[in-house]
This record gives sequence, C-alpha cells and structure tokens, in this order.
Amino acid sequence: MDILGFVANLFADYTLRQVAMGSAVLGIVNGVLGSFAVLRKQSLLGDGISHAALPGIALAFLLTGSKSSLTLLLGAAAAGWVGTLLIMSIVKHTRVKYDSALGLVLSVFFGFGLVLLTYIQKLPVATQAGLDKFLFGQAATLLRKDVVTIGILGGIVVAFLLVFWKEFKLVSFDPDFAVSLGFPVRMLDILLTTLLVFAIVIGLQTVGVVLMSAMVVAPAAAARQWTDRLGVMVAVSGIFGALAGVSGALVSSAAARIPTGPTIVLCASAIVFFSLLLAPNRGMAWSWVREQINRRQLQTEAVLGDLYVLARQHREPGHGHPVEVLRTMAHGHGGVDRSLKVLKERGLVQETGSGEWALTPRGMEEGGRLSRQWREIP
Amino acid sequence: MVTSRDQGVAKAGSGGPGATEPAIRVEDLTVAYGDRPVLWDVDMEVPPGVLMAVVGPNGAGKTTLIKAIMGLVPPVAGFVSIFGKPYLAQRSLVGYVPQRNSVDWDFPTSVLDVVMMGRYGVLGWLRRPGRAERNLAMESLEKVGMADLSGRQISQLSGGQQQRVFLARALVQDARVYLMDEPFQGVDATTERAIVTLLKEMRSEGKTVLVVHHDLQTVPEYFDWVTLLNVRCVASGPVGEAFHDRNLRLTYGGRVSYLTHHAPEETFANPEE
Repeated sequence: MDILGFVANLFADYTLRQVAMGSAVLGIVNGVLGSFAVLRKQSLLGDGISHAALPGIALAFLLTGSKSSLTLLLGAAAAGWVGTLLIMSIVKHTRVKYDSALGLVLSVFFGFGLVLLTYIQKLPVATQAGLDKFLFGQAATLLRKDVVTIGILGGIVVAFLLVFWKEFKLVSFDPDFAVSLGFPVRMLDILLTTLLVFAIVIGLQTVGVVLMSAMVVAPAAAARQWTDRLGVMVAVSGIFGALAGVSGALVSSAAARIPTGPTIVLCASAIVFFSLLLAPNRGMAWSWVREQINRRQLQTEAVLGDLYVLARQHREPGHGHPVEVLRTMAHGHGGVDRSLKVLKERGLVQETGSGEWALTPRGMEEGGRLSRQWREIP
Repeated sequence: MVTSRDQGVAKAGSGGPGATEPAIRVEDLTVAYGDRPVLWDVDMEVPPGVLMAVVGPNGAGKTTLIKAIMGLVPPVAGFVSIFGKPYLAQRSLVGYVPQRNSVDWDFPTSVLDVVMMGRYGVLGWLRRPGRAERNLAMESLEKVGMADLSGRQISQLSGGQQQRVFLARALVQDARVYLMDEPFQGVDATTERAIVTLLKEMRSEGKTVLVVHHDLQTVPEYFDWVTLLNVRCVASGPVGEAFHDRNLRLTYGGRVSYLTHHAPEETFANPEE
C-alpha cells in the first residue's frame, strides 16, 4: 500500500514527476554510452569530461547572463570536449601518459571552474545563485524545460549510437581491423567521445560534476556481469542507469537538502555490489559455489582412489581400513568423513566396522576406472 | 641457377587480371618510431598465388611491415602497391589477420559476430549484417573447423580457437591478398596443421598470402616464398633460392644454429657454392 501510495504520489506531484523523468533519461543515456566507455577502457575519461565541464558552465553564464539549461549545457559540452581533446593531444605529442594527462586536465579545469564559480557568487546580481548545484547536483531544481532539454539531447545521442552501432562495435573491439576495412576510425573515435561528452553533460545538473563519472561507469560495469552480448549489455546498463537515477533522485528529493549526486551514486553502487556478488557465471557467489562443488568432487574422488590403493595392497577387497589412515592419506585436506558419506550414498563404500571402511564391488570398479584415468596407480 | 620452385613462378604468371603485376610491391619503404628506423629502404615483391613467409629476429620490423603495407603506421618514405595500384584504391582486395593478442577477448560478443565483422567493409555504412552475412560467416567457420562453436562467447575460446576465429573473419572478406601476423603463435599442433592446410587451400584458389612467421624449421615445409627481414630486407624470393645459410646468417647474425643441426639437403644444397 505504501509503495502504491508512493507511486500515485509520484505521478501526482509535479516536481517528483519532473525529477523522475529527468533522472531516468540521464540514467539511460549514460548507462548506454558508459558501456562503450568501459569496454574501450576509457572509464576514467568520464571523470575528466565531467570535471572539465565546470568552467564551461560558469563561462556560459558569465558571457550570456542566461541560466537556461540549454545555454549552460552547451557551455559544459564545449569545455568538456576541449578538455578531452587536450588530454588526447597531450598523450599524442608529449611523453606524459594517459592517466597523468587526465589527472592534469581534470584538476586544472576543475580548479578554474571553482574560481569562476566563487567569482560569480560574489556578483551583485540577483540571479547569480544556483550555479553551485552543478557541483553535487540538485535534482529538485529540475524544471519542465530542463527535462525537455535533457530528453532531446539524450534522444539525439542515443539515436546516433543506434545509427552507427555496427561501426562503434567494430571500432571498440578491433580498431586496427576497422582501419584495414577502410573505416575512418579516428572520426568514429571522436564521434563516440563527443556522444559521451553530451551524455555526461545532460546529467550535470542532477548528479553534479564531482560524482557524474559514477553514472558512466557503474551501470555498465554492473551490466557486464549479467551478459556476454553487447546489445544486451547496453540495454541492461541503460535500465540500471535509469534505476539508479530515479531511485537516487527520489530519495534526495524526499529528504530535504540532501544533494542528489551522492544518493544516486549510492544507488548505483548498490546495483554494482549486487551484480558483482550474484550475477550468474561472473558473480563472486557463483564462482565460489562452483569452486566448492569442484573441490568436493575432487576430494571425494581422492578418497575413493586412496581406498582403491589400499584394497589393491591387501589383495582382499572386503578388508576394512580405519578412517585415520584415509585422513593421513588426504594430507590434511579434510572432507574425508563427508566424502565417505557421499560414497556410501552412491553405494561405492561400506562401513565394515566402527570407523573402518572398504570398497564395495562397484566401488572397486569405479576406483579402477578412476585410476586408469589418472594413470598413477598401475 | 636451378631451382625446384619453378612452379611457383609459373603460377605467378597465370594470376588473372594481375598477371603482369605483383600482388604486393613494396618500394623503398622506410618506417621510423621517433629517431629509430624500424624498416629501412625495404624493397620486395610478392607474386600472385604464392605463400610467402616473412621471417627475422625480434624487432626486425615484421609486424611493422604488414602494418605499413596497410597504412596502419605512416611510412617516412616509400610506396606500396597492390596489383599495380596504390593500396588505398585496392583496400577491398586485402584481408588482414592481426596478432591474436591485439584485442580484448573478454569483449561481450560471440564467435559468429566477430566473423561477420569481416563483411562490414563490403556492407559499408549503416547497413546491418543479415542472413547473407550470417551464411558466409558460417561457411568460413566450417572451413576452420569452428562451426559448432559459432554461438560461443569469445572469452571461452582457447588460443588456437581464437586464431581460427580471426582466420575465419579474414576468409569472409573474400580478399585476393592476405596479410597475417603470426597466425601460428601459441597455437596447438592440431590448429597449426589446420592452418597450414587452409593456407595451401587458399593458394590453390589463387590467393596470395603473406605470413609473419617465427619457426625457421617449418619455412620450407609450409611456404614457397620467403622474405628475410632485419630492418633491411636481406633477401626475398622463392624458398629454394633465398632461404639458405648465408642469408640466414646475414639476417640473424651469428646466432642461428639452424643449419648445422637441421639442414635437409634438398632444400639447402647449393651446387654453385
């Protein structure tokens, strides 16, 4: 009832509706583009772009005096794009490595942005307030026209990605081969990065420049756990992004004065944690279970093998051997009692006395088969 | 000079449209990384319809040669032509098999998907691969013995299987000239035999294949032409003419112990020396 009431409230409440829609769109777009960034090992680029966007926002405001989201976002995109090109050309023309170049551009642009922001806040203009929401994000400030801007820009970004899907996939997997086929890989590279810039920019008002990169990386990293298909990964990543965006934005809007960025990032982290732990095949729980099953099976086979060796030595299959001997032969790897229980259930061993075990005729057969397989016992 | 490789030359003469032109011609090719020349003034010709090995020590520029032929690394000087025309005009005639470890095999995609990428160049922009591409890809996978693994995620493949996937991707390109970078590296014996069989099939279909190769022992058995490379092109020609003691020493310095241990006489007997 509570949830129903909340959902009903969600659609009735104007602000909450805007917030939910805006963060859903930014979550989808960043999840989708983030998949490609993660696969191209450019996860950190998102961090560089978002931090580099801050001075763009401030300059756009200073130059135009407008606080319309389109103006500010275009400023952010321009600065983010310049920052990216700067990183790429530093890597290309100097001996500075990628991670250092990224750190350098990120901190210089972000620092410059902070200086401009402080300057703007001291201006005696009535409209100056509010730009600081771009630091940590404030979803509650989303207006209808902001959501429309986000929706249109996001739609364009995703449309481009779908149109050039085949090319982006090829360039992400094997760029050299793409060149050999005659595709302009450099241009595709720049186009894909530009799309990433716009994806990040539309999230800045809601999530903020400081934590925006989490929206690029987290949904994609989580989605990778669940599938081995690029198309599915991108779709799942979009859904995860929307989920994190909407839930984080709603939580922050419900509680007064909590910035949205951190709550969204916490939601995204929960999704990542859940995925790393529980996803089939790649998840940690899954591989732990698989390891245990393998381990137990090997232990059981080892005990069977040991009993087989003992039986061969005695030339008397029915002779029982104390469990201590088996423990010694297992070199303290344990699981002897459990293995004997399993083998007994399978009818391969029998208890001949208290704590003494022997192979059944079927156990002899199975032991012989195993030993031939291992080629260790003549 | 008597060579046992006259048939290779004869085949070169009957190569259809490119009959008078070599499949690959490299002239004065020089490539440098910084101030270090990786290839220096390399001249070589690959006649149509031959299997040519490119051998040389580590750092000799073998991979760079292939990449420079395709324009993946910009040359400082020199010119490459394919059947008499510049590479850029003939790109669709050239198939490429990169080194297996040049890509991330954990990329979320399937064997069939990777093989279909070989058709992307023909498809061009915007068009998606469809049933025709799928069928061609399955045919190539059958040729490399991987048809039953077409749906498998590529991270689950062994090294040999990865190499076969790359070969299948090159086969669907349906090119006339193939450049292969170490296709035998790190593959098991079964895969090595399968690849050799495939190369010989390709030659009998009139394809020209240039293979960067490491194992000197197998050069006479697998290939009919050879280029010995160590920054400069030491020798290039039919195996019977170019693959002998003196050239190998020139290429590898004094380090090569190949001849004293393994030289089969019919390959290296040189009556004139």
